[in-house]
Amino acid sequence: MLNEIDFMGGRKVAAALSICFVLGSLVSLALNQLEWGLDFTGGTLVEVSFQNPVTPEKIRNTLSEEGFAGHVVQYFGSDREILIRIPPQAISSEMRGAKLGDKILSVLKISFEQDISLRRSEFVGPAVGKELTNQGGIGLLTALGVVLLYVAFRFQLKFAIGAVIALFHDVTITLGIFSMFRWDFDLTVLAALLAVIGYSLNDSIVVSDRIRENFRMMRKKKPLIIINTSLNQTLGRTLVTSFTTLLVLFTLLLLGGELISGFAVGLIIGVIVGTYSSIYVATNVLLLMNLSQEDMMVPVREGADQSDQLGG
Amino acid sequence: MINRYPLWKNFLIAVLTLLGFIYALPNLYPPDYAVQISNRNADGNVSEEALIAATARLSKEGIEYFGAALGPNSGLIRFNDDQDQLKARDFVQLALFDFEEDYVVALNSAPTTPDWLSGLGAVPMKYGLDLRGGVHFLMEVDTESVILERLKGLEQEIKQLFRDPDNRIRYTGFVITDNKTLQISFGQESVESKALSLVRSKYPTYLVNGNPAAPEMTIELDLAQIREIEDFAVQQNVVAIRNRVNELGVAEPLVQRLGRSRIVVDLPGVQDTARAKNILGKVATLEFRMEASAEARNSSTDIYDYGDLEARLEKKVILRGDRVLDAQIGFDPESNLPQVNIRLDGSGGELMHRATRYNVGRRMAVVFIETKTRDRLVFENGIEQLVSEPYVTKKVISLATVQSALGVNFRITGLQSGEARELALLLRAGALAADMFIAEERTVGASLGEENIKLGAFSVMVGLGLVVLFMLFRYKVFGFAANLALGVNLVLIVAVMSSLSATLTLPGIAGIVLTVGMAVDANVLIFSRIKEELASGLPPQQAIHTGFERAFVTILDANITTLIVAVILYSIGTGPVKGFAVTLSIGILTSMFTAIMGTRSIINVIYGGRSVKGLAI
Repeated sequence: MLNEIDFMGGRKVAAALSICFVLGSLVSLALNQLEWGLDFTGGTLVEVSFQNPVTPEKIRNTLSEEGFAGHVVQYFGSDREILIRIPPQAISSEMRGAKLGDKILSVLKISFEQDISLRRSEFVGPAVGKELTNQGGIGLLTALGVVLLYVAFRFQLKFAIGAVIALFHDVTITLGIFSMFRWDFDLTVLAALLAVIGYSLNDSIVVSDRIRENFRMMRKKKPLIIINTSLNQTLGRTLVTSFTTLLVLFTLLLLGGELISGFAVGLIIGVIVGTYSSIYVATNVLLLMNLSQEDMMVPVREGADQSDQLGG
Repeated sequence: MINRYPLWKNFLIAVLTLLGFIYALPNLYPPDYAVQISNRNADGNVSEEALIAATARLSKEGIEYFGAALGPNSGLIRFNDDQDQLKARDFVQLALFDFEEDYVVALNSAPTTPDWLSGLGAVPMKYGLDLRGGVHFLMEVDTESVILERLKGLEQEIKQLFRDPDNRIRYTGFVITDNKTLQISFGQESVESKALSLVRSKYPTYLVNGNPAAPEMTIELDLAQIREIEDFAVQQNVVAIRNRVNELGVAEPLVQRLGRSRIVVDLPGVQDTARAKNILGKVATLEFRMEASAEARNSSTDIYDYGDLEARLEKKVILRGDRVLDAQIGFDPESNLPQVNIRLDGSGGELMHRATRYNVGRRMAVVFIETKTRDRLVFENGIEQLVSEPYVTKKVISLATVQSALGVNFRITGLQSGEARELALLLRAGALAADMFIAEERTVGASLGEENIKLGAFSVMVGLGLVVLFMLFRYKVFGFAANLALGVNLVLIVAVMSSLSATLTLPGIAGIVLTVGMAVDANVLIFSRIKEELASGLPPQQAIHTGFERAFVTILDANITTLIVAVILYSIGTGPVKGFAVTLSIGILTSMFTAIMGTRSIINVIYGGRSVKGLAI
């Protein structure tokens, strides 16, 4: 191998960096918490579209004058589309969901004297939101658990631990960034997070697979060198795949509309962090656990691997 | 090493690809704007005359239409644009107003799939509410109170059992505790043991336990019983909602149970949410009770409003709305006066008979119970929060003298025609097992839906274009093969979604876009491997073979884990997120086929079976 990059040479720096990022994310999550979206908090959301540009301030004032409390008004995509969120504690039962949407629409129509249309309105009851939060957490944990089992079964426990720590790393940092910038965390972002798990795992498995193969082929070499060689061999693939994935994700972010942007942002962060973690985090953990030739000797259902061939 | 696929394998790939194209094809035909006419009575048809009357009215109003046709139990009229469609609906409604049959007129989109395709069973994809606009409700069925009601009924029965002269068991108290247990206390232990054996023999299916520390016993429903009660309650509500949704005139409504106690109601195309809610929100049930006699104690009676008057009723409920199968307005054949005919189920008839046979001449009341929601302010961890809770209103809608012992079928007479209609309506509305309230509500405007489709399709196209260009640039001939495979993959995803009638949502489109980006991963893995093999000195044909073979296991492992995550996502997700999981899963499976077998086949065609000096990779 010519021009091998000494990835593992920088592993201590990388480890320090990762730990800093994860800790920073945890601190941010503890201090800022997540900006839970409507799906999780419950409440009412109304998106209206104006014919001419408006300012959120003016709408805020209008709504306050009409007695709506605790509302959040923001642009949604353009200066003619406005998103209004009203927390659950500010709504009386007579003005819920669609009724509230109609009420807001008529109030705005009167005070702005222009054509305004309701694009969507959502109402989520508090019980549903709470359940969803639990389900989301359970989903993430189940995903991590099942992945741990599968990788332990297909490879070896040390690989599984490495992969899961890498996943934890990716998910935590993605969440941390969402909390730091106070971006809305809604259901689509949760979906993105689970997709990040899938993606990052993909990467870890490709790298692990190569490490396992090289441990069998390069028996005389030290684990550090074997891992470094493996990373170099898979680097091309890792970068190309990350690149094509980022290509479509940026397309989605720029062209897919406001509703899907949270999802795109979540995945973009996840893919970048995941690419880094498949190089540095999972492998670092392997080295920390003293991955050795003996670990590879454990029957890893090798026979099954060999017979998995595509005819041709 | 010649790298050729056997004929059958190429044939298989070709056939699957062809099938993919055929079943994806219907999506290329944009649906027409249409108005759908159907009969409110589910068994009824739409008559030829009705369709002629509707189209005649449209011609008169100068609205262009085409393809007016009668289907199995509905009629369709197609239009050029949504403006015409909207205007047409009102006119068609007007035109059909005079017909004896009760017609429902709804906006719909009519597929334009050519006959030869629909003959093969090929249909276009279904769009979710976020893509076509509409209202989504999540209804919560109050199964808790049904179980409480059951326990209250049990309490009455057991009290009666204890009072029976044969048993004469003296109890000191009945309490229904928070964990849905009926607790009975006695004066002394000996009474408890007597009661225990009596109740156990009479109610073998309940969990009956004595308390060794005190003269008390508890009665509980077992889990199977609770589930059965819940299932019944939710199922009855699903049926009731389906009937009510018919009133709304929605083209393709979805009413589906979700989990133990929830019901999803999707009403595509509906924009008037207030009306939808008014009709769905009519949650009600009934109680049949005898009027209390003058000497009855106040503790055993309830007083409810009856129009402007009040009615004093016995606490004991003869039967509830869940025993009522039907209530229809009719006419007394002799007097020709309006009446309401009520039909009960079997055990309802028995209960009614038992209650009325010795009570001829007394009056029986029907109590109408409605559940609405209101918010209650609570402090949780020092934070003010609103918790929505259901509340109940009760009123007497009928108080009629029992003329004879009643059974499964009986009638309420002496009504004005308006009264009779109203009463029949309320009785039907109350023929329900359990109360429910709205737990979640989402409305998507039609314009937003259309915009979502446009943006989504555009992102898929641009994303695909960028990836295709990059792959060509990076992998030359091999990139070309991967691109062909990617295109087929997209077609296959659409074909599978269409033929499974899976619903496409906006996150679903995001899933397709993501698949486009990730599907090339398999090819990238294979191609990098081939490059490596070439670099290590293998001849081209050998390198192709080894590259595909070595990369396969890696691809399999990587895809299975992603699939596991997608399945978990599907199981925890709701609505739109499920859509993402569906397209992601389908995409993973189809991409395995196209990226490995498809690409290999193309590469084999290009390079296989001849001597090759170098590879354009």
